Amino acid sequence: MNDLVNGINVSRRRFIVGASVAGAGLSLGILPAGKASADGHLDEVNAWVVIAPDDTVTVRVARSEMGQGTLTGLAQLVAEELECDWEKVTWEFPTPGQSLARERVWGPFSTGGSFGLRGSQQYMREGGAAARMMLIEAAAQKWGVPAAECYAENSVIYHKGSRRKTSFGKVADAAGKLAPPTEVRLKQESEWKVAGQPLKRLDTADKLTGKLVYGADIQLDGMLLASIKDCPVMGGKLVSYDEVAVRDMPGVRGVVKVETALGTSGVAVVADTWWQANKALEKLPIEWDLGPNADFDDAALTELLEDGLDADEAFIGNAGGDIGAAFAAADRVVEAVYKVPSQNHAPMEPMNATAVLTKDKCDVWCPTQDGEAALAGASEASGLPIEQCEVYKTILGGGFGRRGRPDYVHQVVEVAKAFPGTPIKLQWSREEDQKHGFFHPTTMAKMRGSLDADGKLTGLHLRISGQSILAGLAPQALQDGMDRLVFQSLFKQGVAPNMEDHVISYDFENLLVDHAMRNPPIRPGFWRGVNMNQNAIYMECFMDELAAAAVRDPLEFRLAHMGKNPKGAAVLKAVAERSGWGQKDGKHRGLAVTYGFGSYVAACADVTVSGNGDVKIDRIVAATDCGTAVNPQQIEAQVEGSFVYGLSALLYQEITFDQGVVEQQNFHTYPSMRIKDMPKVETILMPSGGFYGGVGEPTIGVAAPAVMNAIYAATGKRVRSLPLKEQLKA
Amino acid sequence: MKTLKVNGKRIKVDADEGTPLLWVIREQLGMTGTKFGCGIAQCGACTIHIDGKAVRSCVYPLSAVTESNDVTTIEGLSENGDHPVQQAWAELDTPQCGYCQPGMIMAVAGMLNDMPNPSDEQIDAQITNICRCGTFQRVREGIHLAAKKS
Ligand code: FES
Ligand code: FES
Repeated sequence: MNDLVNGINVSRRRFIVGASVAGAGLSLGILPAGKASADGHLDEVNAWVVIAPDDTVTVRVARSEMGQGTLTGLAQLVAEELECDWEKVTWEFPTPGQSLARERVWGPFSTGGSFGLRGSQQYMREGGAAARMMLIEAAAQKWGVPAAECYAENSVIYHKGSRRKTSFGKVADAAGKLAPPTEVRLKQESEWKVAGQPLKRLDTADKLTGKLVYGADIQLDGMLLASIKDCPVMGGKLVSYDEVAVRDMPGVRGVVKVETALGTSGVAVVADTWWQANKALEKLPIEWDLGPNADFDDAALTELLEDGLDADEAFIGNAGGDIGAAFAAADRVVEAVYKVPSQNHAPMEPMNATAVLTKDKCDVWCPTQDGEAALAGASEASGLPIEQCEVYKTILGGGFGRRGRPDYVHQVVEVAKAFPGTPIKLQWSREEDQKHGFFHPTTMAKMRGSLDADGKLTGLHLRISGQSILAGLAPQALQDGMDRLVFQSLFKQGVAPNMEDHVISYDFENLLVDHAMRNPPIRPGFWRGVNMNQNAIYMECFMDELAAAAVRDPLEFRLAHMGKNPKGAAVLKAVAERSGWGQKDGKHRGLAVTYGFGSYVAACADVTVSGNGDVKIDRIVAATDCGTAVNPQQIEAQVEGSFVYGLSALLYQEITFDQGVVEQQNFHTYPSMRIKDMPKVETILMPSGGFYGGVGEPTIGVAAPAVMNAIYAATGKRVRSLPLKEQLKA
Repeated sequence: MKTLKVNGKRIKVDADEGTPLLWVIREQLGMTGTKFGCGIAQCGACTIHIDGKAVRSCVYPLSAVTESNDVTTIEGLSENGDHPVQQAWAELDTPQCGYCQPGMIMAVAGMLNDMPNPSDEQIDAQITNICRCGTFQRVREGIHLAAKKS
């Protein structure tokens, strides 16, 4: 998401060319177990490509892997340009410290905003192509022939004239010593053999046997374990604790006050095992100064959000025509108010990090979506220059946006200060993870639409009232106080380059989309799908309401405003057709369409609602035009998973506060979908070419509104707030 | 000191009898394939087998295990990672982040021990593990595939 925040167009960077390339044989710290060649020697052709004498190709991936498949997709793109044998491809994470030492040769590490693949594809393909050219050049020099007479295929280099051949592994060392080419030609998609294929992921095997080491599984010699409690109310502080009460409990080694530069304030117990540390922490008497937010609750939140619904002042994200005139001339005005609560990411692996701090070195092992932010956090917390810090990333047990924040890195380093030289693993309990999330922003929306006598939509006003992520996390990114990200998937086209991936799907004659910023004392964060989620609910459910008021077919009603958005119209028509939209077969269907993270997506849900209000989501047909499909089966997996994430939020999830404290502290009160709730998801992939759109997030946007509209089709009742919970029960 | 039979081997453990098996396995035995997700028997990430039955080890105290119990963790489900469930998962590329999958695989393998060919309704009733990445579609497909293989 940082790419989006900073407005950096990373795809334009071409830093392979002219980047400093370290000498061949540079050995790296972290390798997937058993993947190095027998003598441990690896030859770097360039920063992206390492080839061992046995031809094993190691692709270096700086972006994080949290299940979204970026690792495999990027390796496919590099392999495609490299012309190597896919069977010989493995991967490794370069470290942020190495990257810093090499002028950020691997570009940004931040992995969010569905940017992992589309934000890196250009320079990584160039990296693969450059490495291929260097390998060919090295072989040509060895043979004393022009490189132009040679070519590479499947990890073998051939000389056309003499039919001589050699393998990548034999010339990798020499290739690494050559100057990189100054220009590379990338393949056309039509020439792809490895990219574009539904290949298996590179990281599956160890996930099936328990061998994969997640951050939570790090074990270091002499390691102690820590469990932490941070002040349960945002803005509060630790006052004191009674160490004596727990000092003699089994395994306890110490109790540490943990205050971080990020403003967190709490206490950790350190023990021989985590179970002992956590037991003692539960027993530890703690006194808090709960601060100014100690009475914050749902009533206060509702009051705050409702206040913005009709406020005079608001930031304008999209305006056109004359909305006042449209409403004045309206035959009918339709109005509705919607609400989306805070939600927690709740990745399956609760937050954790491991650190070893000495007087001149700080090493951290952690699951992070932003290795560089974690490195900066290690430096800030330890007080050591960044060059003396290092971060070793693991594969994440889920991220969904949560692990872009380095709070737990700061915390573990603070704990490690009390134990110089001793490895400390800080593991949050699930309860801590629930209480100290960076929650999906909460907003309400007041929707007003004007219809003329023919049922034509003449004007639309979408007023958002509520929380801004940037105001909470990165106020420096606000523009004159405005948070453009609030308008994801509703923004006006052609205004801001970094919002072009999030423009509105419809063309309305008279339109106003504005935001009255109201920030409650809740920590906001980037939650998979971000602001597209609620905006698509507001827009798509209200379009359904307007269609019903106008007595028009919801599909036709939408398409009437999509003349300038043929790709959006195409995905919408595709789901309608596949799902049997309009058929009189007794099924209850709902549609939704949106554009987000650079991809056009639509869904048609089909639901059954029982007499007592139980909703069963029977089937979802989802279409996505992400421009270029690098690994179709992984895109399908992301689409399937995005419905679980989005529909868990619709069906069950909300974070509420009582006396400033999160009420839902574990999965019994913050449920998530299980297999019994899972609809059949049919994915239609329709990449139209010429661009790279995101995949991990876009279809979340259409998950909830498609189901909400299907519920209306089934019951005649409008669901206007999340979660659904008991709303349909009599 | 207590002796446990874990993955076919007798191992001595030195832990408080109230310690959940999850933490005995992860911290005393150093086997980290069994995951911590919630600690309250809600998510299933910690699922292991005791005498072939799936249990949630985060709420299963050491005191409840005897020397004669066969404790099986994901590391011991098969010698070469080729239990029919693991094979099916590999074929369908089921895991996303993978963190829930050791527990998911153990839950499914446990179900198949009693119910070699479960219907979709039986799967819905038996498999209640949480997967935040949302791999359920492939999990269901994988269960049917594994049933065919075993
Ligand atoms: S950790 Fe045991 S069920 Fe969640
Ligand atoms: S695969 Fe990530 S939680 Fe299940």
